[in-house]
Amino acid sequence: MSALPLISGHALDDVLAHLPDGPRRVRDFLADAAALAAMLPAGGALLNVCNDRYRFAVGFAAGLVAGKPSLQPSSQSAETLARLRADFPDLVCLCDDDFDTRDLPRFDFPARLAADPAAVTAIPGIPAGRLAAILFTSGSTGLPQPQAKTWGRLVANGRAEAVALGLDRAPHALVGTVPVQHSYGFESTFLLALHGGCTFWSGRPFYPQDIAAALAAVPRPRMLVTTPFHLSTLLAAGIELPAVDRLLSATAPLSAALAADAEARTGARLDEIYGSTESGQLAWRRTTEGAAWTLMPGVDLDQAGDTTFASGGHVEGRVALSDVIELLPERRFLLQGRHADLVNIAGKRTSLAYLNHQIAAVPGVVDAAFFLPDDAAPDGVTRLAAFVVAPTLDARQLIAGLRARIDAVFLPRPAIFVDALPRNGTGKLPRAGLAALYAEKVRHAAR
Amino acid sequence: MSETTAPETVDALLPEVAALIIEALNLEMGPEEIDADAPLFGEGLGLDSIDVLEIALVISKRYGFQLRSDDADNKRIFASLRALTAHVASQRTK
Repeated sequence: MSALPLISGHALDDVLAHLPDGPRRVRDFLADAAALAAMLPAGGALLNVCNDRYRFAVGFAAGLVAGKPSLQPSSQSAETLARLRADFPDLVCLCDDDFDTRDLPRFDFPARLAADPAAVTAIPGIPAGRLAAILFTSGSTGLPQPQAKTWGRLVANGRAEAVALGLDRAPHALVGTVPVQHSYGFESTFLLALHGGCTFWSGRPFYPQDIAAALAAVPRPRMLVTTPFHLSTLLAAGIELPAVDRLLSATAPLSAALAADAEARTGARLDEIYGSTESGQLAWRRTTEGAAWTLMPGVDLDQAGDTTFASGGHVEGRVALSDVIELLPERRFLLQGRHADLVNIAGKRTSLAYLNHQIAAVPGVVDAAFFLPDDAAPDGVTRLAAFVVAPTLDARQLIAGLRARIDAVFLPRPAIFVDALPRNGTGKLPRAGLAALYAEKVRHAAR
Repeated sequence: MSETTAPETVDALLPEVAALIIEALNLEMGPEEIDADAPLFGEGLGLDSIDVLEIALVISKRYGFQLRSDDADNKRIFASLRALTAHVASQRTK
């Protein structure tokens, strides 16, 4: 099978990344990756939990060259780590902080790498069919579902996004507020640098003031890669921002009002990306120009019944999408909402079926159901509630039991203890019954 | 970090910061139910990074200063309601 370069759109002496102590060229990066590859313990897969985007990138490249796929789970709960260990008994966890690896073998990113940039003569080629990464989604069965990505698909994904957004012709320095391990951050701060000609900031700014400092630390033109929640918090802070040239948002649709406000306040064009971990990125829109999305190069949609499928281009196989979609002419479409069972909180996706399965398995829980309230604040974060029948547990014990099983963003807020759930004659739980219970029990119906 | 604020000042401010957190996060509890010395994350109140940003925003509005990650004490600041309140007391500009 043909080989594709580890990096395209950059020459060896071009800058690839910006670190607090200065830029790193492609040559420095390749030397760091080769030095790390020589140190990594034997093992089949890499669980790369590095917080620093540059260290993640070096670890990813070292693993890719050595044939170790990068495992990228959607959560780092104890249960997820235990499952990964069961499925990949020879995995190694690459860490750059005090992350608790529990019983997984860990390898700490070295403080110094014996790298020799001068010895790098070429950008290595990687077989297009090589398994490069496995991203995980939490499936409705309760088991994390692996989404295997070959190197060829990842390269195509990075290039498709760059072409769709016009970044291939006008590369930007990328500052991301999202983790590099999750699909959006992986594609839009990492693949976009490797194969879209862009450069990236190594940090992950958190507070509004951090975002301003990170933007100021990279050369223009700059693009902020963020989410509706981070963007609305940044604008609400009302701090002075350095010049920013473009904004990119994903994980949940942005409201037209916030998009217009963001463009007016920064002078930057704002684009949104639509996609899923299963399919990769599929489409983009400039929110202030209308609600319709445009498919990325090579990607196609088709429909059967209520379900829309993505295929072609960098999409692996034919992937059923979790959204209700209305197809428009000229490779455009509208999002009409989600299928009822699916939950997306701050970009993390799961299903009510999965959450109900997990809460039912907490010792002491007799019956329980999660509930997603309707009153979603635009661009804010709507939290789940849960109704619980558990006479022997208090809220703290319940949350402790749940925390080991599900990602913290899905923890119920609040957990409402009841004597019985409003099940109907066939044992089902109609949503209307839960909605009535929620209205009765929860004081604040909306924020 | 100049957290030399008198303990009485911090104690006096605790209920106000607790109420701010509860309002910002829509928690179903009263200010007196937050243990001032329990962790805000994990085993304690169970907050996550989304909550931290929400709290940071209301604190910046109410008290007129911005939180930053490169405050080396960032983890300590959010260690408990008392730690956060002490930080607010020492940094507030209004």
